[in-house]
Amino acid sequence: MKHRPSLIAQTGLRIVFHTLVVLSVYLLAAGHNAPGGGFIGGLVVGAALTLVWAVDGPQRLRATLPLPTFTVIGLGLLAAAAAGTIAWAQGRPFFEAVAFGLDLPLFGKVKLTSVFLFDAGVYLVVMGMVLGILVNLGEEVEA
Amino acid sequence: MPGPPPLPFAALPVFWLIGSQLVVAALVLAAGRRRPRSAVIVSAGALAAAFGWLAAQVGTITSGGVVVEHLTWVPHLGVSLDLRLDGLALIMGMVVTGAGALITLYSGAYFKWGPPTARFVGYLTAFAASMLGIVVSDNLYGLFVFWELTTITSYLLIGFEDEKGSARAAALQALLVTGVGGLAMLGGLVLLAQQAGTSSLAALLADPPGGTVTTVALLLVLAGAFTKSAQVPFHFWLPGAMAAPTPASAYLHSATMVKAGVFLLARISPAFHTIPFWTPLVVGIGLTTMILGAWRALRQHDLKLLLAYGTVSQLGLLTALFGMGTPAAVYAGVAMLLAHALFKAPLFLVVGAIDKQTHCRDIRLLDGLARRMPGALAVALAAGLSMAGVLPLFGFVAKEAAFEALLARSPWLLALVAASSALTVAYTARALWGAFGRKPVSAQADLVGAKAGGTPLFLLLPAALPAALGLAFGLLPGLAAPLLEATVGTAGAGALKLWPGLKPALGVSAATLLAGLLLFARRDAVERLQRAGHRRLLAKWAPTGEGIYRRALAGLNRSADRVTAVVQSGSLPVYLGIILLTVILLPGSALVLGTALPRVDFGGHWAQFLTGGVVAAAALAILRVRRRMAAVVLLGAVGYGMAGLFIVYGAPDLALTQLLIETLGIVIFALVLYRLPTHFSEARWRLGRALRLGVSAAVGLFVTGAALAVGTASRPPPVSAYFNENALSAGGGRNVVNVILTDFRALDTLGEITVVATAAIGIAGLVTGAVRSRRKRQEP
Repeated sequence: MKHRPSLIAQTGLRIVFHTLVVLSVYLLAAGHNAPGGGFIGGLVVGAALTLVWAVDGPQRLRATLPLPTFTVIGLGLLAAAAAGTIAWAQGRPFFEAVAFGLDLPLFGKVKLTSVFLFDAGVYLVVMGMVLGILVNLGEEVEA
Repeated sequence: MPGPPPLPFAALPVFWLIGSQLVVAALVLAAGRRRPRSAVIVSAGALAAAFGWLAAQVGTITSGGVVVEHLTWVPHLGVSLDLRLDGLALIMGMVVTGAGALITLYSGAYFKWGPPTARFVGYLTAFAASMLGIVVSDNLYGLFVFWELTTITSYLLIGFEDEKGSARAAALQALLVTGVGGLAMLGGLVLLAQQAGTSSLAALLADPPGGTVTTVALLLVLAGAFTKSAQVPFHFWLPGAMAAPTPASAYLHSATMVKAGVFLLARISPAFHTIPFWTPLVVGIGLTTMILGAWRALRQHDLKLLLAYGTVSQLGLLTALFGMGTPAAVYAGVAMLLAHALFKAPLFLVVGAIDKQTHCRDIRLLDGLARRMPGALAVALAAGLSMAGVLPLFGFVAKEAAFEALLARSPWLLALVAASSALTVAYTARALWGAFGRKPVSAQADLVGAKAGGTPLFLLLPAALPAALGLAFGLLPGLAAPLLEATVGTAGAGALKLWPGLKPALGVSAATLLAGLLLFARRDAVERLQRAGHRRLLAKWAPTGEGIYRRALAGLNRSADRVTAVVQSGSLPVYLGIILLTVILLPGSALVLGTALPRVDFGGHWAQFLTGGVVAAAALAILRVRRRMAAVVLLGAVGYGMAGLFIVYGAPDLALTQLLIETLGIVIFALVLYRLPTHFSEARWRLGRALRLGVSAAVGLFVTGAALAVGTASRPPPVSAYFNENALSAGGGRNVVNVILTDFRALDTLGEITVVATAAIGIAGLVTGAVRSRRKRQEP
């Protein structure tokens, strides 16, 4: 099966892809207070990458990736585990939530929590898994 | 819940004593590959600094003080990092760090500052950290953790030359033998902690429990100590471990790791040696090991193996001394332990230097090294004479103390130890002559050694220092005495004297020396006798520990094969059927027998009937379709219907997740279906069809019943109320589902994403494997 890109799909992808990525990050960031979270965010960005795979093909998908699949997954696990140790370093139980106030130049006061780091880890692992499936299982569909 | 107060980590020197070594090990392993010199300097520096800190504590400890630190770890299980630096810990710690620093320097020269240096030094430093942990642990579980860490790091070190099958096999053997012993010990430690009501070692020893359970616990702990310290019948792994690079042998298998077992004995024996079985068992095993090791050392031609069997023998003596448990015996034991580290490590290091210079360790082939390597000869003489227990050296002083302690107990014990001392003299002479002596010129043997150059400084200096210390402690026993006294807790428990006076013990020393030299002079006859004895008796009748190990391993593999063949049939319907039948039988029967039929309430939003109808219709349709893709799409419809139900019941998070999962699921299904036939195969077996129908119906009924029962039967206040109330205050979030996932149940989530990651790796492995095997089939 030779890959034939469809113009309509490609144009549609250009519009949808970045929106989906931004949406996924929003879901990740907002997840602690509103519907969303790392798992859902990771699935949304996974869906965006699936679209890239379906429309532009696996070659393009691999070119889009900044990091190898397993690096993404590994970083995610590392971030999630590290989030747990933040409380530890302050002498409190593993995985207790720790919040930091941060004064950023443009955004004003921002509250960062160890929970966000944990959720970001979940996000990366889920995204990495979708990627792994696409890269590995999707390879031969094309070949 | 108020947590414990923040820990001032900086004020925990003993913690950092271990922690800094681990940090250095990680650093060296991560970044040392291209900088072997820096790796060696950093590692040796860290170990030397630790040694310096310990040396600075000598004053505190000898005046009766202890350094104690507490760090909670898993408070609910009584697991904590309680660290306690007392006399015994101090002396062991100084051996570990001092020998560690010197041997790290040596390793640099041994590996010629090449690429493997950093990896080796990193493992070595990690090992040193684990060993320090054993030494200062006051918590039984903490002790076990460090104990197993030494097992793992020693596995890496023994199997360091991992391209050699023999090194891998030896590493695995050491890992399994000491690992099994360690597991037994864990069981023993748990029982001990239960009996004593505390997991603190100091508290346990201050008030030792008694009774049958304690006896069993102690036997299990002894199994751990005996395997670690290579006591009969587990001794075989130690000579096998000589596959390790020589610096590792010098460090692990003479100075430190094998001492862990005797160290544990020295710790607990004073509290338990009054239990009737203790002394006969421990002393008996120790003495047997002592004689066996020394006897077998006399038969070796490989210098490393000779020293290894010598170590087995010395460990036997230490076990026997510590097993007696009296202050005098423990005192003599610690002196022997120190002496052994000071003479055995240099001997190993010299053998390593010889090996590097001549590429040979066979005493039948080495010739005339005395002239070529005079520095090595001097070190070997100083260390060897100490090992043989000759007068002005520390080995002699320690041996005299041991003789006196034994004489106080029973002359028979002394006779046995004296016999082993004679054997020790003989194998020492054999080693020294073998390495440096001139051999009669033989036609067949191609003697090596004449070409050897001088010894590099770093192959010599790390060996020379402890050997010199052995001489210094021998001449001035007063230097070591206060430290040794601090280990027993009482001053004058025994006395270290260079010249003991004309007492019986001195006579025994002289006699053993003469007997040993005689054995060496008649070495050919002794060797013939050993060979004949081995061939005629032992090889035929006595089951060796190694033989049992081999047979047990082979048996385990065979039975695993058989069990796998039965359990793993490879048929997906069978697997699924077994899982579902288990569900029906176990929780299903509990449901039928244990709960009354709940009142079913169909009230609620009208939309649930709509979505429920969609789900039911799609599920029924799946049964009718024959195309796989159609079935997948219908499954998707079921999933979307479920998402609708979630929305109706006000769970947007779940609905969102469900929708996304269903969407991605269909895509992934499509990827898999691409490789499968488009249609389902027809069921060929009528009974099978009926069976499947029955199981499916039963599972459906069970799930329905369980959902109804669970929904109505929750009597204790549901945990969801707690989550709802505390999500904002404790978790800092308004989305309760998310707070549960990322805070209340964060550890679960961490486990789940680890499973996700593992699954992704598994998929990659399966697909790559399948592709590779297909390619192989296509291109023969």
